Amino acid sequence: MERPIRVLVAKPGLDGHDRGAKVIARALREAGMEVIYTGLRQTPEQIVEAAIQEDVDVVALSILSGAHNTLFPKITKLLKERGVDDVLVIGGGVIPEEDIPFLKEHGIAEIFTPGTPTSAVIEYIKQHVKRAVEK
Amino acid sequence: MFYKQKLEEIKNKKEEWEVNQRQKVVSKFPERKKEFKTSSGIEIKEIYTPEDVGDIDYLEKIGFPGEYPYTRGVQPTMYRGKFWTMRQYAGYGTAEESNKRFKYLLSQGQTGLSVAFDLPTQIGYDSDHPMAEGEVGKVGVAVDSLYDMEILFDGIPLDKVSTSMTINAPAAILLAMYIAVAEKQGVSPDKLNGTIQNDILKEYVARGTYIFPTGPSMRLITNIFEYCSKYVPKWNTISISGYHIREAGATAVQEVAFTLANGIAYVEAAIKAGLDVDEFAPRLSFFFNAHNDLFEEVAKFRAARRMWAKIMKERFNAKDPRSMMMRFHTQTAGSTLTAQQPDNNIVRVTIQALAAVLGGTQSLHTNSRDEALALPTEDSVRIALRTQQIIAYESGVCETPDPLAGSYYVEKLTDEIEKRAFEYIKKIDELGGAVRAIDLGYIQKEIQESAYRYQKEIESEERIIVGLNKFQIEEQPPKNLLKVDTAVEVLQKEKIAKIKEMRNNASVKKALEALKKAAEGDDNLMPWILDAVREYATLGKITDVLRSVFGEYQQQIIL
Repeated sequence: MERPIRVLVAKPGLDGHDRGAKVIARALREAGMEVIYTGLRQTPEQIVEAAIQEDVDVVALSILSGAHNTLFPKITKLLKERGVDDVLVIGGGVIPEEDIPFLKEHGIAEIFTPGTPTSAVIEYIKQHVKRAVEK
Repeated sequence: MFYKQKLEEIKNKKEEWEVNQRQKVVSKFPERKKEFKTSSGIEIKEIYTPEDVGDIDYLEKIGFPGEYPYTRGVQPTMYRGKFWTMRQYAGYGTAEESNKRFKYLLSQGQTGLSVAFDLPTQIGYDSDHPMAEGEVGKVGVAVDSLYDMEILFDGIPLDKVSTSMTINAPAAILLAMYIAVAEKQGVSPDKLNGTIQNDILKEYVARGTYIFPTGPSMRLITNIFEYCSKYVPKWNTISISGYHIREAGATAVQEVAFTLANGIAYVEAAIKAGLDVDEFAPRLSFFFNAHNDLFEEVAKFRAARRMWAKIMKERFNAKDPRSMMMRFHTQTAGSTLTAQQPDNNIVRVTIQALAAVLGGTQSLHTNSRDEALALPTEDSVRIALRTQQIIAYESGVCETPDPLAGSYYVEKLTDEIEKRAFEYIKKIDELGGAVRAIDLGYIQKEIQESAYRYQKEIESEERIIVGLNKFQIEEQPPKNLLKVDTAVEVLQKEKIAKIKEMRNNASVKKALEALKKAAEGDDNLMPWILDAVREYATLGKITDVLRSVFGEYQQQIIL
């Protein structure tokens, strides 16, 4: 049975800039997805736990503090350790172009930088979600 | 502002113009848009004339610079006397690196310092705390103990500079460190000039670096008000900030309304704590955003000054004119910068900085062109500072106070922003004040609605952002971005270990225990924090003591 795409919008790290995370969360919801938002200052462990508990298809990470190279790979590593390999992990925020190849090597499927329209994120998720869901 | 008879004539003439001139043109060449609006949704008319300002009483509503209601500025001479303080927010990596950047900025003609702290410092974690992983030195300088502050201000005489510190939840600790560094330089606290942001309410709604629940946070703030009124009289004890509220998506009207509502909450808390309004209110300062909509922004600054004067005089019965004067810092709007064609940001920043100057700001930070990509490089920061210097020395806008006063459009907008912002404040009062409105999630919800609307407007191309949704080009990834060395974390951890060996750990323990006891009671906490800081207790440990007594704030998640 197909069901709506479930997305966890998560804020790893310590920065409090959640305008982007909230705008994305709302846009995804209006596009018919089920969205859970973690709130600020989530540790990688908390994010992975929430992703598993909520049985999400997508984890969308938002960070503007510059700690992405440390925190994003930690999240994908923990997911793998917990045996989760069918969740699409994407990220967004102030992330320099030169860091993107490193993040992709570590299992972040795509990075969305400032100026990305929400429609591009919605489209990307619909095309790349790994589980059988309503597209 | 005009004689009734003249107004009648103007009105008649305008009607003729509408029929004979405008309608004729519009019927052949329709206007660009169906409706014209400011960013706050205020309708912009086809023309503004004396009719629009006919009922404005000049002496009551506009007046003279340096006089109530301060619409035209807080000083009688404004920039004819001296320019605003050019103050670039800076700091990254270690205290050593930031100290170098400060000295560079001072050598380039900057007139005040503005310290950016990293997120662990802002949230009260030492660099060796697990939550600090990956964050040390990233968005500002890492400060773990007095030792780092000594390095940060090494060779900078604290009686000669004014220093603004963007620190909120642990503001009392950083202020104590600053006082302690000054003591070591032989500078007494009454000689210190500067500002701590110390505005926790906007952290809950927009910026996110809160630690403690609302009650104890308000206590720490009033403790600082009281302490500084006695010992650090020239210090700006708070910078009530609309900047981040605007960055989170608020409109100009919401920025003014929510900032002043927070201001009212602080004044009420201090009065409730037994302080006399004229004792602390002269040291309250504000911090606003300068966005793109030039005239609306100028009107916003003018309206904010007039509103605060009125609030202080009528609502709080302040007697000292300095209590009614809204002095503010301005920063150009980071959220308007694009990662696309980043050099265009220089132009955006110029317009925004111009708005701040035409609005009568007391100090200004201009953003750098590369801030949508990373922390700014030295070259970018220099251009941003030069932008201010060009406005100051070359543009001619500083030669008379409040040069846009009397513009039919700007005066009307000033009135309209005031009216709409007071409506919001009334609504917040009805909810039980700003603290309650935040606990209810009302302010957060209002801001989010505006943020979402703004994004929708960009995506539907109703709002054009040059280089983003129009006039795009193929671009190479930008080069030469500033990168913070990841070794900072290691260096900071080493410094903490070193400090723990050097200091008298028994005295640290004693000072922290005394602080805990004071926190459990009703004492002013500043002297106790100062004692702990002087013993080189770390910021994280001092915060932990307060956490153990006060608890931590639980975020309201509102979508």
